[in-house]
Amino acid sequence: MSSALRAEAGQIDVDAIVVGAGGAGLWAALELAREGIPTAVLTKLYPTRSHTGAAQGGVCAALGNVEEDHWEWHMFDTIKGGDYLTDQDAAEVLAREAIPAVIELERMGLPFNRTPDGKIDQRRFGGHTRNYGEGPVRRSCYAADRTGHMILQTLYQQCIKAGVKFYDEYHVVDLLFEGGSADQGGRCSGVVGYKIADGSLHVLRAKAVLLATGGYGRAWRVTSNAHSLAGDGMALAWRHGVPLMDMEFYQFHPTGIVGIGILLSEAARGEGGYLLNDSGKRFMEDYAPKLMELAPRDMISRAMYQEIRAGRGIDGKDYVFLDVRHLGRKVIEEKLPDITDFARVYQGVEPISEPVPVQPTAHYAMGGVPTNLETEVLANAAGGVVPGLFAAGEVACVSVHGANRLGTNSLVDLLVFGKRAGKRMAVICKSTTAPKHAAGAERAIRDEMLALSTRPEGVRPAEIRRALADVMMEGVGVYRDETLLTNAVKEIQRLKGEYQRVRVEDTGSVFNTDLLEARELGYLLDASEATAVSALARKESRGAHSREDYPERDDEKYLAHTLVWRGAGEAPATKIDYKPVTITKFEPKPRVY
Amino acid sequence: MDVELKIQRFDPEKDTAPHWETYRVPVEPMDRVLDVLTRAKELLDGSITFRRSCAHGVCGSDALLINGRNRLACKVRVEQLGKSISVAPLPGLPVVKDLVVDMDEFFGKYRSVLPFLIADEPEGTGERLQSQEQRDVYDDTTKCILCAACTSSCPSFWAQPEYVGPAAIVNAHRFIFDSRDQGAEERLEVLSNEDGVWRCRTTFNCVDACPRGINITKAILEVSTAIGSRG
Repeated sequence: MSSALRAEAGQIDVDAIVVGAGGAGLWAALELAREGIPTAVLTKLYPTRSHTGAAQGGVCAALGNVEEDHWEWHMFDTIKGGDYLTDQDAAEVLAREAIPAVIELERMGLPFNRTPDGKIDQRRFGGHTRNYGEGPVRRSCYAADRTGHMILQTLYQQCIKAGVKFYDEYHVVDLLFEGGSADQGGRCSGVVGYKIADGSLHVLRAKAVLLATGGYGRAWRVTSNAHSLAGDGMALAWRHGVPLMDMEFYQFHPTGIVGIGILLSEAARGEGGYLLNDSGKRFMEDYAPKLMELAPRDMISRAMYQEIRAGRGIDGKDYVFLDVRHLGRKVIEEKLPDITDFARVYQGVEPISEPVPVQPTAHYAMGGVPTNLETEVLANAAGGVVPGLFAAGEVACVSVHGANRLGTNSLVDLLVFGKRAGKRMAVICKSTTAPKHAAGAERAIRDEMLALSTRPEGVRPAEIRRALADVMMEGVGVYRDETLLTNAVKEIQRLKGEYQRVRVEDTGSVFNTDLLEARELGYLLDASEATAVSALARKESRGAHSREDYPERDDEKYLAHTLVWRGAGEAPATKIDYKPVTITKFEPKPRVY
Repeated sequence: MDVELKIQRFDPEKDTAPHWETYRVPVEPMDRVLDVLTRAKELLDGSITFRRSCAHGVCGSDALLINGRNRLACKVRVEQLGKSISVAPLPGLPVVKDLVVDMDEFFGKYRSVLPFLIADEPEGTGERLQSQEQRDVYDDTTKCILCAACTSSCPSFWAQPEYVGPAAIVNAHRFIFDSRDQGAEERLEVLSNEDGVWRCRTTFNCVDACPRGINITKAILEVSTAIGSRG
């Protein structure tokens, strides 16, 4: 009889492991290669298919190539954009190191658009301002509207040049610890990888493991995220006693394609596009008169919901228009070619002559696995680290994005902290000894995975996944309240119960995507639970977390990061703690634009 | 409404040869082929196997032979195909299972053209300058997402699997014509051998197949010309 897993297990010893090959993972791998550290990069896709490649609009750095700009302004915008939940030391690192990171990308060959004098061109983006909020500034360095694609390609090219060892289509299914789990002071000592091509498990041992697995947008029904974004790294860490931080802060991007959520970049508004309600009014003048359509994303998504609730959606329906017609064919085709194509292919709309229907789409996790500035994973609110474990990019929470991320700062984050991760891991690898070999380390996960495909009967993963997507959309969306969130927590718990009966139909060992999707559903349930539980506990409105029953920001009680731990076994998550926000330069103020 | 979805199935642990299976799948008017495949897997048979990730044409995972043409499943709408849809793996590549092909050789050829900037001058203090006009010369070939739709649509590749193929040449072009790069000579050397650019018969299959709209044949001709002008 065929089995979903092969009986024998492989053993691979390296110094460093990178899980995920998006921008953060690739840059970390590059730094490790430069230091001569034997490294394995595992990705469940091929590296060039990572979701960094879907980022469109640009990467902000205060180069000042087009007009005056300073990293201090970028730092301030990031903090204000994050509704003062951003750790200010982290925002300073982000804004300062964005500049050399972008220059280094250029030197690696990234084909940026250019100014008339041949420098990297820059354009406007939401929430990025001159002189601490006076008006929009040109800070976003870009390559048409496929900046993420170019970053991903360029970093992958450099990894090939540097001889980085990739394990393509290896799905990481467990983290290994020695000396106890993360909350017991244990050290991360490796991972278990599942080779998708033949169903074999591989135990990889290392001194340093980086989680660079991205976000979990697939928890929601309408999302800009790839199918593969299931919160793998967050859930795996959570299951081993690592807390998750600020999970209630999840960004809805204002301009998704209606119904399916594919993103139409903020670059459309950066180039001057309008948002219009049913009467053709630029409604943002009622919500953010200074920045208008370039206000931060959380504010625009809420404004769209307000318009729709007031009956001012297009034809009274649940969407508004993104209008770029006045920019003219040349700008649209040269600077926004991909999103023009998306509107044509997926909506049958011609942006040159028609306004494009848009609605908010689940987009980005501000929260995630907590880390310090060196990307070392934190075990508690006091800042103690989990030895051997690192995180960077969307999976991590440093926190640079606070309660709401500014456009382009996701790319800045993965460049700056991906690079920092590689450097720090190299130091750790040179100064520690290899973990001990634990025979049969893959046994527990083997049993767990086999159970999914050997139950005589059960529930299809897709049924639970659809139900979860509805719960998250209705209960943990742009607007929340006690009733919605209480119900969501309860429903997620019920679905976690259902998941104990999940069964995959494919029982083979070759390329068993049925089994992998069932695993991913388990990750999504964990990440969703952390999100809903954290959201219920935070009785205030801040950034992307908007409580209708607590509409004001409450700095006295909640100027702090939420930490939530997983319950034991299938028990619900109830342990919550708060970690103070680091404030260095900018005292919290009301957030108006 | 429903469509008739024919999928070429092959399970190496059970089958000796590929065979077709037909499914009736409910669809919405704006559905893409990827949505139909996903629904068939979710509702009818969990063992149907295909790659996918971004679902909007930028990651390159789901290039397939759809109604006889190489397309990304996430970029073809059902209404463009009618009531009968056939889906098979990309031609000319070894089948792993159902619609999944082995990509190792494909990526190996990509790596063979040195697809990275070669500019080993001392580290400068800042960015290099490049005019927008210099950048425009290679803009088209920067769009490649390595989905393999072009290479697996090429009759020269089917006849001679050692042919480096259009995707690798596109990625060589992206650097050969970049004003910052100094590695053109090495790449042209790779591409001037018997399995290089000369195998192109300008059938334009690759141009038709490319989901990114890259004028691949033009890029190949520009590379051929560069080899010719080396003397």
